[in-house]
Amino acid sequence: MAARKAPEKSNVSKDELLKYYREMLLIRRFEEKAGQLYGMGLIGGFCHLYIGQEAVVVGLEACTKPGDKRLTSYRDHGHMLACGMSANGVMAELTGREGGYSKGKGGSMHMFSKEKHFYGGHGIVGAQVPLGAGLAMSDWYKGNDNVTFTYFGDGAANQGQIYETYNMAELWKLPVIFVIENNGYAMGTSMKRSTKSTTFYGRGAAYGIEGEQVDGMDVLAVKAAGEKAVAHCRAGKGPYILEMMTYRYRGHSMSDPAKYRTREEVEKIKQEKDCIEHVRDLLTHGGLASEEELKAIDKEIKEIVNASAEFAKESPEPALSELWTDIYA
Amino acid sequence: MATEILMPALSPTMEEGTLAKWLVKEGDRVKSGQIIAEIETDKATMEFEAVDEGIIGKLLVAEDTANVKVNTPIAVMVEEGESVSAASSSAVGGASVAPAPVAAAPVAVVAAAPVAAPVAVVSKASPDWAPGTPMKTMTVREALREAMAEEMRANPNVFLMGEEVGEYQGAYKISQGLLDEFGPKRVIDTPITEIGFTGIAVGAAWGGLNPIVEFMTFNFAMQAIDHIINSAAKTLYMSGGQMPCPIVFRGANGAAARVAAQHSQDFAAWYAAIPGLKLVMPYSASDAKGLLKQAIRDPNPVVFLENEILYGQSFEVPDLPDFTIPFGKARVWREGSDVTIVSFGIGMRYALEAADLLAKDGISAEVIDLRTLRPIDYDTVLASVQKTNRCVTVEEGFPVGSIGDHMASTIMQRAFDYLDAPVVTCTGKDVPMPYAANLEKLALVTTAEVVAAVKSVCYR
Repeated sequence: MAARKAPEKSNVSKDELLKYYREMLLIRRFEEKAGQLYGMGLIGGFCHLYIGQEAVVVGLEACTKPGDKRLTSYRDHGHMLACGMSANGVMAELTGREGGYSKGKGGSMHMFSKEKHFYGGHGIVGAQVPLGAGLAMSDWYKGNDNVTFTYFGDGAANQGQIYETYNMAELWKLPVIFVIENNGYAMGTSMKRSTKSTTFYGRGAAYGIEGEQVDGMDVLAVKAAGEKAVAHCRAGKGPYILEMMTYRYRGHSMSDPAKYRTREEVEKIKQEKDCIEHVRDLLTHGGLASEEELKAIDKEIKEIVNASAEFAKESPEPALSELWTDIYA
Repeated sequence: MATEILMPALSPTMEEGTLAKWLVKEGDRVKSGQIIAEIETDKATMEFEAVDEGIIGKLLVAEDTANVKVNTPIAVMVEEGESVSAASSSAVGGASVAPAPVAAAPVAVVAAAPVAAPVAVVSKASPDWAPGTPMKTMTVREALREAMAEEMRANPNVFLMGEEVGEYQGAYKISQGLLDEFGPKRVIDTPITEIGFTGIAVGAAWGGLNPIVEFMTFNFAMQAIDHIINSAAKTLYMSGGQMPCPIVFRGANGAAARVAAQHSQDFAAWYAAIPGLKLVMPYSASDAKGLLKQAIRDPNPVVFLENEILYGQSFEVPDLPDFTIPFGKARVWREGSDVTIVSFGIGMRYALEAADLLAKDGISAEVIDLRTLRPIDYDTVLASVQKTNRCVTVEEGFPVGSIGDHMASTIMQRAFDYLDAPVVTCTGKDVPMPYAANLEKLALVTTAEVVAAVKSVCYR
């Protein structure tokens, strides 16, 4: 078993590291619980877990200000928790209950929060990309300096509408950050089997969009790249591409037999690159936090997640009359 | 405390599976994430991971057992120092079986049950303007332009985007002059990338703007139909009411002349099928103006189907500062007593021409323009059919799943006892549009076909 490399000393404050640790751990424990509830039949349909990729969304959320917007694909639970949506509301949507963010009518793939500026939760691969540019257009039109984070995967990155969007976003200088979460697999098809040119961040060059590749397993690297992209957008210089090299530990969805990659490959990443262990090491090796402090956080997160599961089980199913509401505004 | 490990559901449809192999034995210490078993579903063999760490106290289901129902306890996990027997009893005693979501009781799908007994229906149709209102003559093109310009003056969040809407002044000159008045930020020329700019427009609507998307023709909107339906129409529902999408998709629809199959399709029945959308298909200039203004103000996504052949046709339009027409209200163009002809859009041209010819043969036709196809004013049609006892529908679209089919089934369910003849639907032919002039004429619905259909239902 490969040993983790000793962490480099970071000059990031203890409070900041603890915040990342807490936020990433919340996503991981929440997703593990979601997987468990799926196994129990409490969550139905499709359920795509974010485990392994937590550093991407936590690092980028650290760059946001109120008014900034975000949207993503169907692998969306982590994004919602990271932007401050409640674990209870997300879990209850997973179980299809009244207390869920969409009153049980959207499910795992379709949740929204106008309050937190979270615009979904989209089930059609790549469709969220022009939608995100459109949200950015609304801010461009109104003349403020808000930014929209538009997340998509390496699978979506081959969809044609992404490139139509790149063209218009740069043409009109829309304040949108295209975040490619490259976890190496489009469902079960590895990048090298689906993609000729694998440097996705470089594809913006054809449209004059700057971009860079980032270690998406390192929350500090994500944060640093995010700050740069955000500054670019807020200054009215148009879109920016961040390709986050990351890895999903679980299957594409809950019904993924994972025959397209080896157990060893997954284990190696877990051992050497895990984003939570990385921050944990920085805290403990750097003498910034004790094991006891971290255990207290673990316990606190476990309580939040368990409470969300309880809430999601106890929240009633939507009233039958809900079938006919929310079709027209 | 001991916990039970339950047979997992590993796909949306899995109800049972085979516990193929245990990878742990009783007494083994397992870590969270460790694979403990292989489970076969109808689709694949899957690895099953432990959720928590602990010690395998007891394996309750032997390996190679088939038909293990989801949620059946398959093992018991204990903590350090806990005995297996205590574990199994406490687990069994303390296990709370997750309540399965209760299947929804059947609910009526149709708002109104089919009415067998005759029930008189009252038409909602009323004049769109007061008698004595000053009128002016204008083309459908001018009416559409005026509607957009008035709404853009009234609301700074309304803007127009599409191919050639700005500097070119509109492929069909609908947006002529708007760039000069409103500037390039509000009259936006897009590249020829329908799915991209339609998605952007939907996102802008979520962001609080009121976009008008012009499709040069609705044939090209097929490239973008995913955003019209999956993004614009469904999101309010999927968000539990949080995300309205105030947007108008407008442009030429249906056959023009001699442009062949890819440029000559009527999409009325497609969009009429989608809950969450509203659908308008005007015939006259006054309807074009009043309904487009209404569409721009509507908080929902509205598909607004125009017709190239009608753009240049002139009609009387009320000369009012702010003239709108509510959705879901049909217009009775001509009152009659022998038959009801129901149409919309350019179909109205054939319906009205047929009614003139039929009058000469002594047949009095009532002609109804639906104007909006979602919502549809069923009551005006039903009230008319209850009077005339006969109905013919007219449209240019394909016959299968047409608006006429839907109207015929509605009349059958709600006014069966009033009918003296089956409803006849006149539609375009069930063929891709041919280019040759003679064949194109044959493919479209004609006035002669409407006359023949009316005579058949009148047994004349």
